[in-house]
Amino acid sequence: MDTMVPDNTDRIVQVENLGKRFNGLVAVDSISFTVRAGECFGLLGPNGAGKTSTIRMLYGFSPPSTGTIRVLGLDVATQWRQIRSRIGVCQQENTLDPDLTVFQNLLIFAGYFRIPRSLASERAEELLRFFALEKKREATVGELSGGLARRLTLARALINDPELIILDEPTTGLDPQSRHLLWERLHTLRARGKTFILTTHYMEEAAQLCDRLVIIDHGRILVEGTPARLIEEHVGRSIIETAGPEQEALRGFLHDHAVDYDELTDRLIIYNNGDTAIERAIREDFCGRQCIFRSATLEDVFLRLTGRELRE
Amino acid sequence: MTVFNNLSWRFLTVWQRNLVVCRKIWKVNFLVPLLEPVLYVLAFGLGFQGLIKEVHYAGHSLAHTQFMAPALIAISIMYTSFFETTYSSFVRMYYQKTFDGMMTTPLSLEEIILAEIVWSATRAAAAALIMTLVLGLFGLVAFPQGLLILPLAFLGGLVFGAVGIFFTGVTPSIDMFNLPVFLFITPMFLFSGTFFPVAGLPAWGQYAAFLFPLYHLVELTRFCCLGLMEAGPLISFAYLICFSLLFIALGLLAMRRRLIK
Repeated sequence: MDTMVPDNTDRIVQVENLGKRFNGLVAVDSISFTVRAGECFGLLGPNGAGKTSTIRMLYGFSPPSTGTIRVLGLDVATQWRQIRSRIGVCQQENTLDPDLTVFQNLLIFAGYFRIPRSLASERAEELLRFFALEKKREATVGELSGGLARRLTLARALINDPELIILDEPTTGLDPQSRHLLWERLHTLRARGKTFILTTHYMEEAAQLCDRLVIIDHGRILVEGTPARLIEEHVGRSIIETAGPEQEALRGFLHDHAVDYDELTDRLIIYNNGDTAIERAIREDFCGRQCIFRSATLEDVFLRLTGRELRE
Repeated sequence: MTVFNNLSWRFLTVWQRNLVVCRKIWKVNFLVPLLEPVLYVLAFGLGFQGLIKEVHYAGHSLAHTQFMAPALIAISIMYTSFFETTYSSFVRMYYQKTFDGMMTTPLSLEEIILAEIVWSATRAAAAALIMTLVLGLFGLVAFPQGLLILPLAFLGGLVFGAVGIFFTGVTPSIDMFNLPVFLFITPMFLFSGTFFPVAGLPAWGQYAAFLFPLYHLVELTRFCCLGLMEAGPLISFAYLICFSLLFIALGLLAMRRRLIK
């Protein structure tokens, strides 16, 4: 995948040794990454990993404790105004203006960017169509369902025709229909050359949308790469999940053959990396009751790297 | 200082947002300044008629309603702007997250907050204008100098709007606004030469009143309505200007401390 992006393209975002402390607590611990023009870059991590803190520093909402951020070649610390006029931010929380209608939300927001009125209403109309919101034009924000509110939030983030779009958990809490509609729209926007930074808890979403991603935990970057490469490197190609009473014997077998596995309360997750001989042996000797043979996913990578224990 | 570097005319776009929202419910918003003075004048005019013959103020004898009417306008300026930047701004900031959304645009926090203060002053001026016209119908305001209340109300709105936003910046929850209302607004409402002249107070009370911004606002509205005042108009005017500048700066700092983490 990496080779698809030419080396000489602009670096839209350059983050170096970025750190953030809140009252002695380290939220972000010296992370560095770059985002190239036209790519979709994913920031993944469990709750409290430092994703939103990073995002907030990216658009100049919160000042970094250490490190530097350059967006579109400009320094966030001093040129945040120019940066914000050229990027779109879709925040995690619903920050739509509940005192205004759907259409006014777009129009008034355009005013904050000082977009001329005629151009603003032209863009607002276009965005209502793009996100299938025309019927809700005169509705107030309170009347919108979660999916509609999210679409409007994204529409609003696009009102200034941004070059870079930052999405902080854009599909959390949405039904599958809304999620797929959003994904489809994001694909369309990517085809138009927009650059994206995305945080999400849905690994399927990250695998589908992101060209490249980092997994963060405890404020540090654990790994970086394309979804395919990360899967290959950290969990291999295939996975066997077993449950049942023969686990003791199976563990012995796995040890003898030096196969990696994780132990859960009543299951084993075996990273057999496409080894068909191992797979056949397990299928024949240890799959008394339940065995699932499946390909590895980004979720396996995520859980393997960040652990399975609850965060909150 | 970031507080001042971050200010530009762009704040007017947020002011405009508040205007658009206000226009949706303007009828309700302006019913209060329209009816309130009528109720006060009726209540005090009829109720106190037999009790208070006249009020001695600045070397003149005035009917009590005549004395009180300008103060009603000043009180309305205080309440309109103070409640706008406390309860209403708190709702926008905390519950609606409106400021968070604005902070993704080229607006600075300082511009957003300044717009809130200027907006509260605008509402105060609109309410004061309506009250002035209504009280004018009762013959309690002299025109055309009574119209000077419009810019004066804007200044008064800046004063109390800025104080309000300062409290919004330091108040942990919306219920806690009772405290500044009880400790700051209510004493001023009663002891700023509003319903009786401060000359009737003991000396320490008069000094205290002289520190109240509402006292100076009442003095100036009375000057606009009747051409009379005890203090000097320039002193009162300068006091209000200084008070507003001080609290605009404090309000911006308090909000930055609260919101930028």
